[in-house]
Amino acid sequence: MRRETILNLAIPGILLATALIAYAMEEPYIITLATKAAILALAGVGLNIALGLGGLVSLGHAAFFGVGGYAMGILAFHAQNYMPIWGVLEGTKSMPIIWLVALIASALAALVIGALSLRTSGVYFIMITLAFGQMLFYFAISWPTYGGEDGMSIYLRNDFPGVNTLVPLNFFLICFAVLTVVLVLADRLGKSAFGLALQATRQNVARVEAVGLAPYRLRLVAFTISGAVTGLAGALFADLNRFVSPSMLSWHMSGEIMILIILGGIARLSGPVAGAMLFIALEYVLEDLSHYWHVYLGAILLGVVLFARGGVVGLILGREVAHD
Amino acid sequence: MSAALLIEQLLNGLQFGVMLFLMAAGLTLIFGVMGLINLAHGSLYMIGAFAAAGVAGWTGSFWLALMGALMAAAMIGALVEMVVIRRLYDRDHLDQVLATFALILIFSEGTRFFFGSLPLYLDTPDLLSGPTTLPGGIEYSKYRLFIIAVGLAVGGGLFWLISRTRIGIQIRAGEADREMIAALGVDIRKLYTMVFALGAALAGLAGAMIGPIQSVEVGMGEPVLILAFVVIVIGGIGSIKGAFIGALLVGLTDTLGRIMLPQLFGMFMDASSATTVGASLASMSIYILMAGILLFKPSGLFGGQS
Repeated sequence: MRRETILNLAIPGILLATALIAYAMEEPYIITLATKAAILALAGVGLNIALGLGGLVSLGHAAFFGVGGYAMGILAFHAQNYMPIWGVLEGTKSMPIIWLVALIASALAALVIGALSLRTSGVYFIMITLAFGQMLFYFAISWPTYGGEDGMSIYLRNDFPGVNTLVPLNFFLICFAVLTVVLVLADRLGKSAFGLALQATRQNVARVEAVGLAPYRLRLVAFTISGAVTGLAGALFADLNRFVSPSMLSWHMSGEIMILIILGGIARLSGPVAGAMLFIALEYVLEDLSHYWHVYLGAILLGVVLFARGGVVGLILGREVAHD
Repeated sequence: MSAALLIEQLLNGLQFGVMLFLMAAGLTLIFGVMGLINLAHGSLYMIGAFAAAGVAGWTGSFWLALMGALMAAAMIGALVEMVVIRRLYDRDHLDQVLATFALILIFSEGTRFFFGSLPLYLDTPDLLSGPTTLPGGIEYSKYRLFIIAVGLAVGGGLFWLISRTRIGIQIRAGEADREMIAALGVDIRKLYTMVFALGAALAGLAGAMIGPIQSVEVGMGEPVLILAFVVIVIGGIGSIKGAFIGALLVGLTDTLGRIMLPQLFGMFMDASSATTVGASLASMSIYILMAGILLFKPSGLFGGQS
């Protein structure tokens, strides 16, 4: 087995073990942290499809994270108030349906935003994705039906058939299972013909065009898939907190998802998982240490960008090439 | 809507646009010359505002505060360029985004550490407080007129600097071919530090001037930064002229949209839903403007090839 393959199994394994040990030691807060790490990792896996494989530096992925979150929030809000949407559609508290809606809604948002943003490239693309993310952020703030600036609370966690989701470990296992499935799919995607073509657009657009492929279409599909996965993570994140607010759409969220990937290692399958675990651990340790922990986070990030570009996975693997 | 109100809102839009221009000009200059996307530009705006509030609290003079803000922003800008930014010119955009995002975290928390989380307030100087009467009998805030005047003057000065002076020639040459002007004996590192400090000073000036209108608080820079990005995307990256036109377009669209859209929807909806829909649409109006311009000109109004 290649060392990266071992790492791809080991890193999620550590996350699972952390949650199980926390369960054995009756530390529900640690389980919640592990759940948060799993969900943020999922968001990172989503962004990594656009960023790592496609080289699309999107600074607006909070938009999809938030759309997923609001999809959950809106469905559950209508279900808990017994008030059909527009007087016709019933809300729902069922996770599988919520996930499906979150996937579709965020995929549509990514399709529209991607179709416009991908007309440009480079630094324009960064600024435009950022601006569209901000547009949804301000829209959520100024639209009072679903809480506006204050956000909205969902009183009870949503249901999953046959599982009591109120038990922290159960909800962690659900999130972890979703993460595992998505990791396997993302691995397949990266190695598929589509994934190879997508990586080729990152490396040399002219050659991709020369062999008769359309870079714009490849990128748009990748961006849409990427947004959908991040949206799914958003739905789970909202479920974890039982709360949705515009802060899920803020550009700091986009930045954080991107930081996860960089801390873990860009274009590495398990990079976002390692990064999310590290990010949550840093938050937990540094927050205890100082009220101003973002200073340290900033310093660490700066250090990683300037001196350790491969992130955690890159440090462990040395120079082994990513995703070959 | 009365003509007086319309003119007042036009002037408000102009004032907002001029502020955005000060931010966008620095960003677009830094991108044009050094090829750097600087997310921490909003932090320099914040630093300007806090420096102004600090100096004003200490000396009581608005004019000294303005000077202090300019100097603080330029000095911190030059320092950051020499310590961090310099290492990023050869990196890809992703590294630049991440490193400057890290700088935002450091600056925001650092400012919170020194000044606390409570917002600060700056007073308008006596000379500029209160309204003045414009031709046509319209009353308008002296201070906002002052901002418009300063903004236009700085814009003019910038055009002059870029197109008429030796420094300007070097800056334009640096945009076109950095190796060549280094070979011609221009100290490119010093030039870059200078351009970055100039951009920082413009951002600091904008932050200091907004102090008496808004509260001075941590995180005030980011919304303005993102609007400045929208301005640059509309105007075309690297173009000062584009930044100027884009800033005025964004300032006017945003200000007028907030006033007029709710009234527009009020004509065929009941009042409360018209306010809701109008306000939501108004908050999105500049992004819709940006998307519309991108559909026809993907590299902005005055941009070259992207």
